[in-house]
Amino acid sequence: MTQTMRGWRRADGRKGIRNYVAVAYLVECAHHVAKEIAWPHREAGAHVIGFPGCYPNAYASKMMQRLCTHPNVGAVLLVSLGCEGFNKKLLEQTIKKSGRPVELLAIQEHGGTRSTIEKGRAWVETQLKALAAQPTEPMAVSELVVGTICGGSDATSGLTANPAMGRAFDFLVEEKAAAIFEETGELIGMEDWMAARAVTPELGQEIKACVAKAARYYETLGYPSFAPGNADGGLTTIEEKSLGAYAKSGASKISGIIKPGDIPPRGGLYLLDVVPDGEVRFGFPNISDNAEIVELIACGSHLILFSTGRGSVVGSALAPVIKVCANPRTYERMADDMDVNAGRILTGEADLDEVGREIFELIKQVGAGRTTKSEGLGHQEFILTYKSFEPIGPACLPAVA
Amino acid sequence: MASSEPQADPRLLVLAPGDNIAVARQEIAAGTQLIIAGHPVVLQRALGFGHKIAVRAIAQGEKIIKYGVPIGSATADIAPGDYVHSHNVASDYMPNTVVVEGVA
Repeated sequence: MTQTMRGWRRADGRKGIRNYVAVAYLVECAHHVAKEIAWPHREAGAHVIGFPGCYPNAYASKMMQRLCTHPNVGAVLLVSLGCEGFNKKLLEQTIKKSGRPVELLAIQEHGGTRSTIEKGRAWVETQLKALAAQPTEPMAVSELVVGTICGGSDATSGLTANPAMGRAFDFLVEEKAAAIFEETGELIGMEDWMAARAVTPELGQEIKACVAKAARYYETLGYPSFAPGNADGGLTTIEEKSLGAYAKSGASKISGIIKPGDIPPRGGLYLLDVVPDGEVRFGFPNISDNAEIVELIACGSHLILFSTGRGSVVGSALAPVIKVCANPRTYERMADDMDVNAGRILTGEADLDEVGREIFELIKQVGAGRTTKSEGLGHQEFILTYKSFEPIGPACLPAVA
Repeated sequence: MASSEPQADPRLLVLAPGDNIAVARQEIAAGTQLIIAGHPVVLQRALGFGHKIAVRAIAQGEKIIKYGVPIGSATADIAPGDYVHSHNVASDYMPNTVVVEGVA
């Protein structure tokens, strides 16, 4: 049975389904100290996040601000080396204004590694105790933001897990939750179809432009969109290949386009444009699945739906990850890592609607505190690298008619 | 389980109502008899896992519909039970870059 979801209310009105202390390093040089501070408290809710670069960057600054004020975060410890370029005062102020306890420890001012670790651990312990005493409030499905990605895909991903997550997305959007899908580079050939689902023709044009940008970007990087292996697997056209990834979006109307760090203004289905604007810089848009997960979380996602065929094991810092396994054989091998067996669609034991409903119910249970497999195994992956974006255009978020 | 199509062979998966193709749930050997649209059809070649087979007649120029979405157009008339791949389907988006060998 579904328990009622309960959340921690933040000053901005959003509610968290977890109440973590984020320990954030502001340059790679402070990473070890941050990791050591969090380690003894990792099971109690201390999660390490951070940005490794020493050079200031608008994207990194925005991402860290959004992550440190994410609804699942109750308090933040900033760990600085001292001389890095990151605008730590701005980040500290942003967190303070959000009503969260924040402490900034600069290793160079606190006597080095050992004493900073000691001070940091004491602060985290105090905060965790305070957070544990904070009351929760009932939380509606309409207050949820859910992101979706696929990784470690195989031929089953587009047949079972992705469309089943699409059904779950439809159930979420029906109940006015915000649902976010992305991977525009894997939606090539679907843009006309997606544009037809946009709430306005202008948004439809923006969706087409988004996919065209992704196609151009990946072409510049020499990343093939359709390989011989795809045809061996039974895929005939680029449209068919993209359809597998596209199926994660379900069948709802598309309410808007957002970019990393933009919070959906209301319930509905949103396309997250993860491909940087301007000239190709800083390499691949997302160098691994967790880079995408971090961007979905920066958009306010409380939890992530992750479909995998070959068997990814990752979770994430700050937000629970629900692993939906597409391949029944992979599920048998790696059941400890998987929350849902969508492979039952292939073996004929369940249909898409049943698995979609199961995912939707599980989302509510995780919102009510149930631990996902990756959470239970201690997965708290996190990666953030350089990117650059222009703000979204006015047609990207049409007002509700 | 709930059936997606009343006449679907259990070895095939029809992904959405209205699709004109089904995909193989498992590898199916050449010579296997399948029931398609209520009629027996003998497979002329092995059907790999995830590969497509027509579940109704598709005229040249008609869209191939998978999950309710067009994934290309038929370049020849396709009969129920025919294998559906790059020998009889072309992308509406960009030319097929891969030719499947051994398929006339």
